[in-house]
Amino acid sequence: MQVQTHVDIHSEWGIVAARQAGRKLAREIGFGSVDQARITTAISELARNIYLYANKGQIQIEEVTSSGKRGVKIIAVDEGPGIKDLRRVMEDGFTTSGGLGAGLPGVKRLMDDFNIDSELDAGTSITAIKWLR
Amino acid sequence: MRIPILKLHDYLLISVQVELDDQTALQFQEDVLEKIHQEGSRGVVIDLTSVEMIDSFIAKVLGDVVDMSNLMGAKVVLTGIQPAVAITLIDMGIVLDEVPTALDLEQGLERLQLELEG
Repeated sequence: MQVQTHVDIHSEWGIVAARQAGRKLAREIGFGSVDQARITTAISELARNIYLYANKGQIQIEEVTSSGKRGVKIIAVDEGPGIKDLRRVMEDGFTTSGGLGAGLPGVKRLMDDFNIDSELDAGTSITAIKWLR
Repeated sequence: MRIPILKLHDYLLISVQVELDDQTALQFQEDVLEKIHQEGSRGVVIDLTSVEMIDSFIAKVLGDVVDMSNLMGAKVVLTGIQPAVAITLIDMGIVLDEVPTALDLEQGLERLQLELEG
């Protein structure tokens, strides 16, 4: 049985709802407290990015399995302005918000797999997975 | 939602027991500064034992509370940061530079006393 949750992000409350949903699923899958915190924090950062840069979007949280491994997958989707320079946005310390978020490099370090797709004026889709060890 | 702030002699004691959303965090920041001003507090202990997650925004708000209180002349000590929270913050590359911390409330109060007397 695969669990899937969608949380709409169009206010600060969506950020809280998304991370609560993420913590719940991470706990159910069997992640320990440290990885629960990593997953919850990654969701919080991604949800805040949506709220800050695209105003609205969606966080999808689901269980994944691959060659016997279980994990939690976060998909952050928005139809915002897109990211102009994907390489720069993945550099530590790069910010356009005055340092409000730890940025995507931080999220990447919290998770195991990280993928980003973005098209200018079309939107951004970020997928991140944490595997159960 | 408001986080209760307790007064103890010259100090303020705060135990954060709720999931911090952005608005609550910002309100908290304002309330602490107001209370320092109102009570003439010299020190503040913010206990984070029950906080399970600190993201970059909350970290910034907490760091700012420390700096703002310092500007007003009050010292702030953060106590009880959970292992998972410490690991996550460092993973993300967030450094709460020059923020006084202690293991628990008791040691936080001792640390405040030292800072204020020293």
